[in-house]
Parts: sequence; structure tokens; C-alpha cells
Amino acid sequence: MADKVRIGSGAGYAGDRWEPAVELAEKGEIDFLAFECLAERTIARENLARIRDPGKGYNPLLPDRIRAVRPGCMKHGVRVITNMGAANPVKAARRVCEIANELGFSGLRAAVVLGDDVRNVVVGTPELELIETGMHLEEILPKMASVNAYLGADAILAALHTGAEVIITGRVSDLSLFLAPILYHLNWSYNDYAGLACGTVAGHLLECAGQVTGRYFADPGRKDVSGLARLGFPFADVDQKGVVEIGKVKGSGGRIDERTCAEQLLYEVHDPSCYITPDCVLDVTDVHFETTGQNRVRVVGARARARTETHKVSVGYHDGYIGMGEISYAGINSVARARLAGEVVADRLKMCGFVYEDFRTELIGMESLHGKMETQLEPYEVRLRVAGRSAFRRSVVAIGLEVETLYTNGLAGGAGATQVVRDLFAVQSVLLPRQLVNPSVRVGQLT
Amino acid sequence: MLFYDLAHTRAGDKGSSVNISVVAYDHKRYDHLACYLISETVMEQFKHITDGPTTRYDLPKIKAFNFVILGALGGGVTTNMSMDLHGKSLSSLMLAIEIPDITNNQFGA
Repeated sequence: MADKVRIGSGAGYAGDRWEPAVELAEKGEIDFLAFECLAERTIARENLARIRDPGKGYNPLLPDRIRAVRPGCMKHGVRVITNMGAANPVKAARRVCEIANELGFSGLRAAVVLGDDVRNVVVGTPELELIETGMHLEEILPKMASVNAYLGADAILAALHTGAEVIITGRVSDLSLFLAPILYHLNWSYNDYAGLACGTVAGHLLECAGQVTGRYFADPGRKDVSGLARLGFPFADVDQKGVVEIGKVKGSGGRIDERTCAEQLLYEVHDPSCYITPDCVLDVTDVHFETTGQNRVRVVGARARARTETHKVSVGYHDGYIGMGEISYAGINSVARARLAGEVVADRLKMCGFVYEDFRTELIGMESLHGKMETQLEPYEVRLRVAGRSAFRRSVVAIGLEVETLYTNGLAGGAGATQVVRDLFAVQSVLLPRQLVNPSVRVGQLT
Repeated sequence: MLFYDLAHTRAGDKGSSVNISVVAYDHKRYDHLACYLISETVMEQFKHITDGPTTRYDLPKIKAFNFVILGALGGGVTTNMSMDLHGKSLSSLMLAIEIPDITNNQFGA
């Protein structure tokens, strides 16, 4: 039985940097490297990508990441766990094996965790209530793009027991990607709450990678972070006694201390005594930190209790389009010119007969992030932003076009017009009884 | 005095709500905030963005509070029309809250 385990965090979102993961694989003395790359709506987009091309639907950066970390992982026997499979984990695993072959590491074994896609199950439960709005599932069924249950560490544990060096999943809880290898390596029971608490709190601190090593934290002069451009990603050490410590590779940029850990502990948490994951309900009310070395913090006091009887299921659906146009004004009276420009665009769109479910004009530099404040100094330059949402693509395309016409048809001195049109995916959730979700593991040739 | 001198903050999104953690720089500042940074104070700063409500959770062992502000993100990350889809910049709005000076506080020393 191993005395301790070290898990590295290789990514905190779909488009994250991968040099820090290479650094962890090569110099971090880690046992496992986990990449968390799947936000709520990412899987809806990847489902559409798969419909357009059956060979796609996994994280587009997966080949780059795997290629970059493979040598270090092979050399040091590091096993990789990732949700980069997104909407097509089998194809993703096959691609991983191809890349290993290309690099001369033939015979790589990959395992795939399946069962998160529960589209066929929810078709039979249209009466389920959507948590966010109280609507019934049947109202969005026709627009549905993806339906994925958050699987837990138990599904990943089964994949680890196959001996596979790379484990690819679709939708699993972010924390479970880290909890599973901790339980596996220390040979801890999935029913032991003390172990679940250690592994889950470690996973929570690691899942956003650099957010615990100084990014999304730095504020020059107040909260300084050195080496942001070559920020190191974190690892967690967990031992048989349940001691959890967060650290990073010596010489990497960034910082880990009680302040960075405190911010990350509460990140995306609502009630700190009741953080629900597929594996347990975590209570971080009494968690505290002890500095045990430079860039090294011990995490004490997490508790866990039994998991709930349901799986959270994310339902992604197409919700029309959003169109945006922007143009800038500078110097004397620029705010008044930008405001009037916004009114002109709104009038023009109305005259053309376009109607929007939601429409706004706002000035970047004045009110675009925090809304209109009671007291606000005028900046030297401002940027008009016009945004609208509609079920009709043509209506939202018109917004950017109208903003662009301000160059020659609008106020004096308009500059730098840009336009964007995006497909809009909304995500809502339902709770599905556990017995309706059946995870499985696939290994072998994956063809 | 400015909140900015008492604590640091981080925002996270979940659906159409935002959570903003507030971590005091020391115990004295935590006690001061515990007294003055009540949910109503936070709601006043966010009233032009949402009707709330706002809930405060206390974590004295790490000198922190967690504020959950309902409705601050419009329709949530995916249908929100705002430039700041995730409400990430809202942590800075929190930092601009005015708090009574710490020397006038019973916990001040």
C-alpha cells in the first residue's frame, strides 16, 4: 500500500495553457496528472461538433496537450485522467493512442468512462423539473443539444483498476477527476467519509489549476504575484493519515499561500456546509490552512457526509443567437457622441422591423461591467457596445452591420467598429435518480 | 474606509447567481467586517444589478465570508447579455463598498 500520492493539475478550463502541465509531468514527481477541461456549455458545443463530423466532439486541444506531456509521463510513469473526451470520449481515446504511436510509445493503454450521456433516459422523463426555472424538461426537449449526468469518482475508479495509463471521460464532476486517483493509490474505500473529504477538498483546490497558484488573484501593489507569465500549476500531496498539502514545482512562477487557498476554497461555492458532489456532500465550514513551507500549504478540517440519491444532469439546448457590434469615440464630448450613436442604431433596427428578446446599448469604459453607477467620471475614450438576442440569425447579424454603418452615417469620429454573431447555448439542470444512470468502462482497441 | 484595505475578494458563477468570497487580511479586519459587512450592505452596492436576495456565510477559521447574490447574472452564463458573462468583475464592485473607519469600531484596537 502506498504511503502517499501526488496529483498534478494540468488544466483548469478547455483552452488552458499546457506548458505548466509539461513542467509537472517532467519535474513534479507526480503519480497522476488530471486535466479539467469541460465547462457547462462546452459539452453542448462539442455535441454539435460531433453531429457535424463524427470524428470530432472532444476537446480540440487534446492532441496538443497529450503530445506535450507524453514524454514526461512515459519517463516517470505518470497516469493521465481527463474529461477532454467531452461529447466523444471514444474518439478522443483513439486519438491519444495514435499520438502515442506517432511519438514511438506504442502499446499505450487507454480506458474510456461512458454512461454520462443520458439523452435516451430523459426522453422518458419529460415531467422532470428544471432546477433553475421550474419549467418542465419537455419544454426544452425539442431544442436539446446535450444531456449529461455528472458521474463520480466511482466510475473513474473502475477505469483506474483496468491499469490503463490514460483515462478519458466525458461529463464527470471536476472534483472526481482528482478524488478517484487519491482513493485508488491509497487504497481507500469509496465509503470512507474521512477519505472522501480529504480527496474532495484537494480536488476542489486543484480543479481550476493556476487559480490556487496566483492567477485570478493578482492585484499589483496589493496582492503581488511574481512570474505570472510562467505560472506553475499546483499539485496535492495526500498521505495515509489524511494529511493534504498543496504545492507547486520549485522555480515555477506564481505563489501558494493561505490567501490564494482561501479564495479558491470558496470559488463557486454557495453554502460552505453543503457542497454537493456526486461522491459526497462536502462541508468546508471548519477548513483552515497551515503554511508548512515556501509555496506549501496544509489543508485541515474538511468533512464529508453521504452523497445524495440523485445525479445532477446538465441539459444544453440551442437558444437562438446573440449579435454584437462595437465602435469607439475619443476626446471632447465622446460620451455624448457614443450615447447618441447607440440611439441611432436602436432606431435603425426598429425601423427595419427587427425585434429582440433582449437588447442593450452600453458604453465600455462607463457601465458595461458593473452597470450604471450613481457617480461616474467621464473617461477620455469610450466604446459603444450594442447587443441583441433573437431566435432569428438575420436579426442579430443586422446589429453589427448597423453599428458598422456609423463609420459613414453616424456621429463624428467613430473608430474601430467590430461585429460578432454567436450561436447561443443555454444550460439548465435536472436531478435524475441514481438508478437511471449506469456508468461503464471501455478498454482495448477502441475501434 | 474602503473595503479594499480590509479584505480581498473572488467571484464565481453558478447559474444566474454569483458567489463572492471576502477574505480579510487579519483577524481585526475580519471582526470589523463581521460587524459592518452585512447582507443589506452588499445588496445596496448591487441593487442596480439585481433584486437579490443576498446570503452571507461566515468562515471565521479562514477569516472569510461567502456572499451568494441571486440573480446577478441575468439568465446565467449562457443567455446573459452582459459583457461579463460569468460576473468575474463583480468581485471588484464589492471592494468599492465604503465601511465605517476601523478605529470607531468596538473591536478596533
